[in-house]
Amino acid sequence: MKIDKIEKRVIITAMCMMGLFVFSLLYAKTKYKSNVPECLPYDKAYTNPKINQIDDKTYQVFSVASMWKFEPAEIYIPVGSEVDFYLTSKDVVHGFNIAEKDVNMMAVSGAINKTTVKFEKPGVYNIVCHEYCGVGHQNMHAQVIVNYPKAK
Amino acid sequence: MQVSKSFKKVIFLELAIPVALLILGIYHGLMQTIYRSGAIQQTSFAKLDYYQGLTLHGVINALVLTTFFAVAFGHVTITYYFKKETNKRLMWLSFWLMLSGVVLAAWAMLAGKASVLYTFYPPLKAHPFFYLGAALLIVGSWIPLYDWTRMYLKWKKENPTTKTPLAVLGTLINFIIWFVCTLAVAYEVLVLLIPWSMGWTKTVNVNLARTLFWFFGHALVYFWLLPAYIMFYTILPKIAGGKLYSDLAGRITLFLFLIFSIPVGVHHQYSDPTITQGVKFFSGLLTYGVAIPSFITAFTIAASLEYAGRKNGGKGLFGWMVKLPWFDEKNYLFSYFICGLILFVFGGVTGIVNASYSLNKVIHNTAWLPGHFHMTVAGPVFLAIVGMSLYLYAKMSGKKIMWPKLNTIIPYLWVTGMLIFSFGMSWGGLRGEPRRTNLGMTYLNPDSELFRSDWVPTTMLAMLGGVIMFIAGMLFIIIFFGTIFRKKTNESVLEIPVSEAYHDEKRTPLFDKLKPWVITMFIVILLAYVPALLNVNKNSGPGAPRYNIDNPVPLEANQ
Repeated sequence: MKIDKIEKRVIITAMCMMGLFVFSLLYAKTKYKSNVPECLPYDKAYTNPKINQIDDKTYQVFSVASMWKFEPAEIYIPVGSEVDFYLTSKDVVHGFNIAEKDVNMMAVSGAINKTTVKFEKPGVYNIVCHEYCGVGHQNMHAQVIVNYPKAK
Repeated sequence: MQVSKSFKKVIFLELAIPVALLILGIYHGLMQTIYRSGAIQQTSFAKLDYYQGLTLHGVINALVLTTFFAVAFGHVTITYYFKKETNKRLMWLSFWLMLSGVVLAAWAMLAGKASVLYTFYPPLKAHPFFYLGAALLIVGSWIPLYDWTRMYLKWKKENPTTKTPLAVLGTLINFIIWFVCTLAVAYEVLVLLIPWSMGWTKTVNVNLARTLFWFFGHALVYFWLLPAYIMFYTILPKIAGGKLYSDLAGRITLFLFLIFSIPVGVHHQYSDPTITQGVKFFSGLLTYGVAIPSFITAFTIAASLEYAGRKNGGKGLFGWMVKLPWFDEKNYLFSYFICGLILFVFGGVTGIVNASYSLNKVIHNTAWLPGHFHMTVAGPVFLAIVGMSLYLYAKMSGKKIMWPKLNTIIPYLWVTGMLIFSFGMSWGGLRGEPRRTNLGMTYLNPDSELFRSDWVPTTMLAMLGGVIMFIAGMLFIIIFFGTIFRKKTNESVLEIPVSEAYHDEKRTPLFDKLKPWVITMFIVILLAYVPALLNVNKNSGPGAPRYNIDNPVPLEANQ
């Protein structure tokens, strides 16, 4: 099989470039722990919304999405907290996006999604549902409130 | 060549029906951008709901238009290259199945009983007719593959040492991909969703349904793309005034698509539960594999265009570009193709971002995504489809195009609108703006406590782009139907421009056989999907009952 010299070079260059991309992903994965959500076997325990404080800087949040709310709707934590979000849905498919922190998960009924994130700066972080979940989808919203006095 | 009346009739119907439906499809495209910008803050307009309109927009533009066209263009390509008409009975059977599918689904959508978007994720329930319609559309589009394969094998027997024409190879490969990937969605629809939506089965495994959908969903985008690729390889060099740079490059591209199109589907589920990180990463690697043929194409097509420009008298590093037929009335296909290619540069780059595993977290399900795929499916795919529909109709009916000058300008108008729209969407996506959301009700409504002022400029840009594209789209539809209502002035022929190859490599048996490549495709699919499905099976909990879009209580509990 004979192929034009320049054409061959282009194919090799394209492959090298993709190789470089793969290397970058692996590098980010090991060095910065940049990863996609973790996968857990289904467990009913996660279907009750709650916030567990493990120690003063570590939290577990069991977030339950349903038409058209997240529970808990307001999550108060101190600055520097590391939060494990466990996510599931009570009904249809929902999305869970904290854009500032690149937390991006799907909430699916009969499945548990998990990701870990550290909140280093004080502020209000919006959780937006980004999967169509029926007529009230555009209202579905929650907040992580970092280092603000407790409202309740 | 001359073709029979019956052949023409099927082709005309398969070209004109989706273009007529585009009126509804494009109208809803415009409306999405208006709702999203907050220019209107309501759930529905002109009795059609936002999400109902979004469903119509997706189903008509991305499923009906593309499938009808791929079938019609396949018939035409096979017939033209083999100089023998495809089987008329099977053509009609395929057409009626597809049309009845569209009618059923259209009724369900217009009646507001299937506002589930074109991904129809359960457990949001649509009317059974919606699922049945999708199944009929798919089954109808399978039939031609049987007929074309038969014709191809016969031709092969008679011409054992001739290279299979690139366009024929592309058509066959495209429909093999389509057949294999739609098996999964046919299973999803017929076995999981229809019995569940009728209430015969109580629950559905949502994770399994999603995984089956994406087995189909990503290959679907190549099914849209390959007819455009076939045109770029076999027609564009000719109408630009040159030759295809390398014939073998085209074959390699096609075979790589055959192998990699289906097994990459899991990259749509990076954010999903039940699938492990390892399986997702492997899917990312395969997706990089499928980027290679697009890089090859980018080079080969650019080289072919440079060859054409120089042959037309262009000199210097960029001088050849000036000599391409940018605004040639007789050569209007060039405008449609080149505009599609310009958009595809951006569509390809943003696509690699999406495929890049952890990078996907930044943009998954945000407005970035529609920003990306509008520069693919509504870029090269859409422009090649509508341009070619007009071309085939005009040639085969022997009519002159209405408003030929305007016709060459439409694609440029479309590109302008699309670039503005996609810029707005991508920018908004990076700021966390969700896709598929009636933003005007809350996030873009200054009276709402959810109001997000940082999404105002992005959604405004998207709306401006939407208005420009709407104008371009409507002008095309006017020209298309204006041409239909003209009188016949030329001889009616079936004729497609055919490019010669600049490097016409000798026939290599490996690159002229489907079998080894189809076997490789199945192996890669098994490698990618056996672990994924085992994951889903292991990590899924109980299934979900049926939900209507307007009620958090499942249907069963209401009765």
